[in-house]
Amino acid sequence: METKPEQLKPVSREESAGYDRKTLDYIRNAAAHGLYEIRGLGAKRKLPSFDDLVFLGASLSRYPLEGYREKCSTKTVLGTRFATKPIELEIPITIAGMSFGSLSANVKEALGRAASEMGTSTTTGDGGMTQEERLSSKTLVYQCLPSRYGFNPDDVRRADAIEMVIGQGAKPGGGGMLLGQKVSPRVAGMRTLPEGIDQRSASRHPDWTGPDDLAIKIHELRELTDWEKPIYVKVGATRTFNDVKLAVHSGADVVVVDGMQGGTAATQTCFIEHVGIPTLAAVRQAVDALEDLNMKDQVQLIVSGGIRTGADVAKALAMGADAVSIGQGVLVALGCNSESYIQDGMHHPADAGYAALGTAAGFCHHCHTGKCPVGITTQDVILEQRLQPEVGAKRLRNYLKTLNMELTTIARACGKQNVHHLEREDLVALTIEAAAMARLPLAGTNWIPGVTGY
Amino acid sequence: MDSLSFDLATTPLRELNQFLHHEAKTGQVKQVTVLNPDGAHNIAVGLDCPVEVEVHGHAGYYAGGMNKTGTVTILGSAGTGVAENMMSGRVHVKGFASNSAGASAHGGLLVIDGDAGLRCGISLKGGDVVVGGSVGSFSAFMAQAGRMVICGDAGDALGDSLYEAVLYVRGSIKSLGADAQVEPMGETDLATVADLLSQAGMNHDPAEFKRIASRRELYHWNADANQEY
Repeated sequence: METKPEQLKPVSREESAGYDRKTLDYIRNAAAHGLYEIRGLGAKRKLPSFDDLVFLGASLSRYPLEGYREKCSTKTVLGTRFATKPIELEIPITIAGMSFGSLSANVKEALGRAASEMGTSTTTGDGGMTQEERLSSKTLVYQCLPSRYGFNPDDVRRADAIEMVIGQGAKPGGGGMLLGQKVSPRVAGMRTLPEGIDQRSASRHPDWTGPDDLAIKIHELRELTDWEKPIYVKVGATRTFNDVKLAVHSGADVVVVDGMQGGTAATQTCFIEHVGIPTLAAVRQAVDALEDLNMKDQVQLIVSGGIRTGADVAKALAMGADAVSIGQGVLVALGCNSESYIQDGMHHPADAGYAALGTAAGFCHHCHTGKCPVGITTQDVILEQRLQPEVGAKRLRNYLKTLNMELTTIARACGKQNVHHLEREDLVALTIEAAAMARLPLAGTNWIPGVTGY
Repeated sequence: MDSLSFDLATTPLRELNQFLHHEAKTGQVKQVTVLNPDGAHNIAVGLDCPVEVEVHGHAGYYAGGMNKTGTVTILGSAGTGVAENMMSGRVHVKGFASNSAGASAHGGLLVIDGDAGLRCGISLKGGDVVVGGSVGSFSAFMAQAGRMVICGDAGDALGDSLYEAVLYVRGSIKSLGADAQVEPMGETDLATVADLLSQAGMNHDPAEFKRIASRRELYHWNADANQEY
């Protein structure tokens, strides 16, 4: 009788959970370079998100709106607290702040064109306002960042709103970063920096520290703009309940809360994945803060970080946001991570570009290199031609239109004539984590972990 | 009517600033006097025409902030962020200045007769700053362009992470920040200091000043530099 040798394969080839291949690669990379990994986009790990919530559509206990016929308003007004000229938008979906420098001038123009056609706003970024985006954007929000690169009172006067940036979801507590490849002559000129340097922005504002100073700083911007323009305060999501309260105390008209799924063009991976809280947790804290102060109707809330679909928008609004901001989804609409780019009316394969970066379409996060194979996050004169403003604007307009249609579809199903009438009561959670973070009942139960019983 | 007075004891600040933003642009009033400032914040922010503003007393935060082509003289001391983000023109503090004086100024001249607090000239982007007295720690932090002349002493970490701004210090420097170094004074430096001192109405021998500029070693990532950034 033949005896089989003992099978030891499961033991000899057992992968370690703690030292899996990803971790081994990480340690080897650190040992080889002595420098942390820097990359673009937001957190890649799986997080509790709006996907873990569902709507309770109308039925017998609630009456729906006719899905294809009855009007459902999406009009959104931001900055009603102090500004004499609040921002009026057709849709509650805005374009998040992304800099010229991280993006090409063509992309900034495309964002402006699409946003203007859809009646929404775009936002500048670190490095100042470009002529392209001002001319193409009907409503432009001008960011005031710690670096103050290219910050110009003339642009403050030309802006429709000012956004004081305290932090961003991808890196709350950290400053911007633009590696040398992207510091082109024009970018360098706008930022008063030598060409080609690895630019690392400050993480603290140069002329104020803390909420009491911020109140005076905001007052300065109000005096400068004769109290006309709304002032937003943007925070990365961390201690959101307290931060939102302090932003309101400082005099914000609008608070922008950016969760950890929010994107970046270049940040340390350890920062992206390990600092900040998910958008789902942050939105509830932010709304709680406004409700606690009884300011829900006076100060508007914009939520960003991982908003991708119309359902995400609807859930953010139902949770209590007045609008959302989208960055990464917008770039994907323009062609980020696409297998091809459109030039001269034709699709051209981009795989060689991805391969040169050691990646492939669908996985790319190499915004920081400036070698975007589809011409979006680049300052390269050849690559940037791969995204033409009119092509990008059309795709982005379609994307925003789709989101807005999905949003109103859900709102009508919940019986709302106005998307801003969506409410927390319309939502339940699918997981215990999401139920606890959003403080919504687990679907089919009345259990909210930590609120109703255990 | 060449000149006009605003008494902040009886007139709201907003009236003053709105006058400076709009009516002053017609050029009919060339000189505006601000009485009883009493440390009010945001006096004469956002000037956008060559008007002259004289503040009779102490100013609070951001006096003359984001000035463009205007002239602001403070006959007293100034709070945090005086002349912050100035684009052009001139702001003159006859007394002392608090923290972040001239922060991220892109142009123009800021003169402080007395001492300045922490972070003077932080993020400077092309403006000139002349301080008659001493400056506090972290002055010229990340200063990108422009010139600072410090007639007294400098605190800790002067010029940390400097880019292309150049600093001139007459007195002692408690410590230099990362990437800042003392360099020899050239003919151009002597002329620059002489010119800025004369514009500021100060009288010192330019040869008494040291030049501080960037070592430019932090301009690029360098794994072997053993920096903790």
